[in-house]
Amino acid sequence: ILYFQKNGISNGGLYKRPFNEHFEQAPMYVAVFTYLGFGVGTLFGYLRDFMRAWGLEKCHLATEREEQKDFVPLYQDFENFYTRNLYMRIRDNWNRPICSVPGPQFDLMERVTDDFNWTFRFTGRCIKDVINMGSYNYLGFAETDANALKTVADVLQRYGTGVCSTRQEMGNIDKHVELENLVARFLDVEAAMVFGMGFATNSMNIPALVGKGCLILSDELNHTSLVLGARLSGATIRVFKHNNMQSLEKLLRDAIAHGQPRSHRAWKKILILVEGIYSMEGSIVRLPEIVTLKKKYKAYLYLDEAHSIGAVGPTGRGVVEYFGMDPDDVDVLMGTFTKSFGAAGGYIAGKKELVDFLRTHSHSATYATSMCPPVAEQIIRAMKCVMGLDGTTQGLQRVCQLSENTRYFRQRLHEMGFIVYGNDDSPVVPLLLYMPGKIGAFARRMLDKNIGVVVVGFPATPIGESRARFCVSAAHTREMLDTVSGADVLMKLTSDGKGAGRSYKSGNEEVDGSYTS
Amino acid sequence: MDIKHAKDYLYWLYFQYLLITCCYVLEPWEQSMFHTIFITVFAMVVYTGYVFVPIHIHLAFEFFSQIFGGQHESTVAIMN
Repeated sequence: ILYFQKNGISNGGLYKRPFNEHFEQAPMYVAVFTYLGFGVGTLFGYLRDFMRAWGLEKCHLATEREEQKDFVPLYQDFENFYTRNLYMRIRDNWNRPICSVPGPQFDLMERVTDDFNWTFRFTGRCIKDVINMGSYNYLGFAETDANALKTVADVLQRYGTGVCSTRQEMGNIDKHVELENLVARFLDVEAAMVFGMGFATNSMNIPALVGKGCLILSDELNHTSLVLGARLSGATIRVFKHNNMQSLEKLLRDAIAHGQPRSHRAWKKILILVEGIYSMEGSIVRLPEIVTLKKKYKAYLYLDEAHSIGAVGPTGRGVVEYFGMDPDDVDVLMGTFTKSFGAAGGYIAGKKELVDFLRTHSHSATYATSMCPPVAEQIIRAMKCVMGLDGTTQGLQRVCQLSENTRYFRQRLHEMGFIVYGNDDSPVVPLLLYMPGKIGAFARRMLDKNIGVVVVGFPATPIGESRARFCVSAAHTREMLDTVSGADVLMKLTSDGKGAGRSYKSGNEEVDGSYTS
Repeated sequence: MDIKHAKDYLYWLYFQYLLITCCYVLEPWEQSMFHTIFITVFAMVVYTGYVFVPIHIHLAFEFFSQIFGGQHESTVAIMN
């Protein structure tokens, strides 16, 4: 069992607080059973494909037409095979329709399938008050309280919903200016710019910042928006191992020593792309070390704080505050308002020259519709609440409640012996399931107990490491967290881990013969 | 109460077997097919073990005791 824990002392005085991350490996028999399960699934997949090809079974999916059968096959690669034969069988655990606000509890529409997940139909009923462990609602701002949303309703009355123009033409509303000033004040930087969509912020602004002749060093587990932006820019992309500073330093040294591939000229710019919290692992970036490296080798740093803004740090200012660092050290601070502020959109913040450059050169500013006013007002009210400008301590209370909930939940899961990845302070909690059979069973059984979770398998994670990802929220009460971590689904299902006594006997308090279904 | 306990334990074992071998996601007829094949293979393994393992152990024991223990009983000359 490989269990390593770094306490930050190894780097001398760089880290002002302990940095505990866990990426425990599972026992060998778990890996064997995982591959066995995938083997059985693959064999039955071949059998079903054979039956479909020979007409013994009706094919519900897209296939080539008869005339096209002699051409290059379109649906034979592994991804299509996996979708047809493994994903379809457990498809009812994703894309579940919600019919209420995604707060700490929400309502789901009940869906049944008659033909093993090829088609669904709604029964018309609503499953009420399902505990929500999947929504990115870190500070609990996804709420429908009329008092809280009063300013948003006023703005809606005054401005309407549509902007009907791009930022550079007629879509620059005073709410945007107010919001940008507030964001700059929140992050303690010179200026900021907001965009209508978080994904588009990354994918449309990285091409504006780097181009051909530049080098991008990106973490191997970066989000698709960063990867897409990097590829669209046309720069050379090199990937370093996840959160591994030795790998990054080696790449930096090679880049500076050898220069561009054929001409050996110096690179125009070297940009390091990292995220604050990685949403599939729950790990926090090693910011002090990266800033040291950046200063030593004169590179630029682009920090995507999608999940960490509002969620970490003593007052919710993100990873920069969490490590006690100066925001001027990071060249481009990017974040989204989707996760902690209950709205939509993204921002880029930094020096005034940078933001002014983006106002003219960004694709998103030139061609994309700007953020709509009620959403901007929601962000303004949420940010004022977090900063304490509305006169109450509610924002600070929410941030403290979130960190307390995170610590409590992670500690509970660790005590029970489950393998949980990530840093102790990150509100994203991935619980490893490993075996393909458990992915579907876990989600369904949790829904039976009125808990909604998100399970993730291949291709979003490596094939042998499927997981269930919990997102802790400040709006969760301790009873809800107890219900979730104490659900005997966890006991019954995941009988692997550190072997901390998770046998049948230890989890049978709620046995009531309801398994004969 | 004990019978209920035992029944639930057996169901739990069956459920773990379904999860580990990824039978949980299969349709009922595929599950029956898998169970048949698995039980057949398992029965064959048990039968082979029952028939062959004791004889092999006995022979191995005799072989090693011949090397270390010296003479075999049937090679000792009968004294008259």
